[in-house]
Amino acid sequence: MTERPASALPITIRAMTKTYGRVHALDQVDLDIRSGEFLTLLGPSGSGKTTLLMVLAGFTRPDSGSLKFGDTEVIRMPPHRRDLGMVFQNYALFPHMTVAGNIAYPLRLRGIGRAEREARVVRALETVQLGGYGGRRIDQLSGGQRQRVALARAIVFEPRILLMDEPLSALDKKLRDRMQIELRHLHEQLGMTTVYVTHDQREALTMSDRIAVIDHGRLMQLGAPREIYDRPANRFVADFIGESAFLPVRRKGAEILCAGRPLATESPAPEGEKLLAILRPERLQLLDGSVPPEINAFPATVSELVYQGDSFLMAARLEDGTELTLRDVVRRDTFAELPGPGSAVTLGLHARDTVLIPDDGAGAAP
Amino acid sequence: MSPAETALAASPAAAAAAAPNAEGLARDGRAERLALLGLASPALLLVLVILVVPVAWLFYVSFIGADGSFSLENYERMINRKSYARIFYTTFEISFLTTGICILIGYPLAYFLSQLPPRVANLCLITVLLPFWTSLLVRTYAWLVLLQKSGLVNEWGISAGLWEEPLKLVHNTTGTLIGMVHIMLPFLVLPVYSAMRAIDRRYLMAAANLGAGPVRAFWTVFAPLSLPGLFAGSLIVFVLCLGFFVTPAVLGGGKVIMVSMKIASNIELFVNWGAASALGVVLLVTTLVILWVAARFVALERLAGGGH
Ligand SMILES: Nc1ncnc2c1ncn2[C@@H]1O[C@H](COP(=O)(O)OP(=O)(O)O)[C@@H](O)[C@H]1O
Ligand SMILES: [Mg+2]
Repeated sequence: MTERPASALPITIRAMTKTYGRVHALDQVDLDIRSGEFLTLLGPSGSGKTTLLMVLAGFTRPDSGSLKFGDTEVIRMPPHRRDLGMVFQNYALFPHMTVAGNIAYPLRLRGIGRAEREARVVRALETVQLGGYGGRRIDQLSGGQRQRVALARAIVFEPRILLMDEPLSALDKKLRDRMQIELRHLHEQLGMTTVYVTHDQREALTMSDRIAVIDHGRLMQLGAPREIYDRPANRFVADFIGESAFLPVRRKGAEILCAGRPLATESPAPEGEKLLAILRPERLQLLDGSVPPEINAFPATVSELVYQGDSFLMAARLEDGTELTLRDVVRRDTFAELPGPGSAVTLGLHARDTVLIPDDGAGAAP
Repeated sequence: MSPAETALAASPAAAAAAAPNAEGLARDGRAERLALLGLASPALLLVLVILVVPVAWLFYVSFIGADGSFSLENYERMINRKSYARIFYTTFEISFLTTGICILIGYPLAYFLSQLPPRVANLCLITVLLPFWTSLLVRTYAWLVLLQKSGLVNEWGISAGLWEEPLKLVHNTTGTLIGMVHIMLPFLVLPVYSAMRAIDRRYLMAAANLGAGPVRAFWTVFAPLSLPGLFAGSLIVFVLCLGFFVTPAVLGGGKVIMVSMKIASNIELFVNWGAASALGVVLLVTTLVILWVAARFVALERLAGGGH
């Protein structure tokens, strides 16, 4: 039997602002979180992710802004009345209670009778695959188990919104990878609106329905993982998610010129005369001989070739000095024949993968 | 064992190859332990001289009768005479009451301090500790002055119309308790305060997030987590009270006789070292039993995980 909440709730955030002295932890954030979706707040450390989550939970009082769960304005509602599940970064499990005591705590507060309470604790423990651990003390659990108990405690009272602040950051890589998939399944099973905070782009890409990229308290882009990765809206997003080199290009009439040669693109270019082309290592290819018209070619000189087991990295320098990196899988038969440092090569980028963003000058200094 | 294996094991060269440097490393280990013992020996000696020897001497003297031979008369007297039972009862009563009042005043005080910003709290803590900087005797006599018939407390109380006749606030149990609570309070407040400071704010946030209002969160999360500190503080106060002398002697006015005072009178008036030592031994043993039971109690609570 699955615990499906009566309904999930959409969250509407408008003009949310919070300053600490001169620091804008949140700067006029507008964000619509759909009912039942898994939305990830992604950004570097100090970008305001935790602050936004704490505003949702009611622990941080913003300077101004509006917050609605469904149609209800909740911005001035105290935390204990907001009825949302939350997994804290360090889990915040009560050390003076057992696992079962922790999970039963929200049910006791809601006046749920003993028999039902116990049944629901057992069910919640099974949901997070910790059946039979109810009697354990918190300090007898491993990091991964604590994470699951915190999750069970956050979902046992069937909240319609679930918040998580970097819940996997304390786990080792293998466990983290497994928990990402498990959390994703759990979300599909329970269906509550989930807001997840992480600074790990891969985690965000793996788990989310949509990703909200934030930096310096501002929303930089909101979209599905593929959209964020394939069509970054600006230099910050392109730089923060995945690796990329940036090539300055210019608009001349209807054409986009790169070092004097026209650049083929499939998606429309953004406004402005000065633009940047994004070159992702895994989208570049090594050309030999003829260049098909849908491929943009970049003549370059190899500066380094790095073997990485399953793949190799080739660093190459364009005529104007821009450093590009190309990544491809290592095939036993061809690796030995790859051009070494000093060789002249032609790198190709498919028009489909040629993405242009405005050159806002930000992050120009290396 | 095959002959070949026997030959291998017997060969010293083979043994050395299997466990290289084993002997040398073992010797280094022994040398290190000896060096550690050497470093610890001054401390051990000090403990021996100022703690073990006097306590052993105390035990020995308590079994010496008035005629100088071995006897149990010091202990028999304690059991046979009603006055001794009365003294032990008073000692425990005063200690319990003092501890209880200290908890009633000290716990809320510590809570209040723990909620202040750290800088302000530190300033306030200094005022809590201030009494430590004046002598115990001075503080006790100050209370005598304040609490006596024509003292400040009675004068203010009467002029404010709170009571008509001067209250008897000193030379009795009330006076003793007032003085002892004043002196013991910091011993309770400090451990409770530090236990409360150590409680992660996120536990309270989690409680609120799960639906607990401030009062529920306090009783279900904050109070249980501060309990070990309260327990430690209460134990310190109680044990200190058991052996307390100056304050009950001055403020009790001879009506509150605790074990320590009986020990003093046994020596000063009767020069009976045996009787005094026996009282000391009983007090020491009682205290140890209380500590042992208390430790058990805390261990049990930890095992049960508390909470329920
Ligand atoms: N209580 C606070 N006092 C002062 N500055 C704070 C406080 N909380 C957060 N900040 C600042 O606000 C910014 C955003 O912080 P935070 O939301 O914790 O970032 P993130 O979770 O994305 O790492 C940071 O610059 C941080 O230093
Ligand atoms: Mg954070």
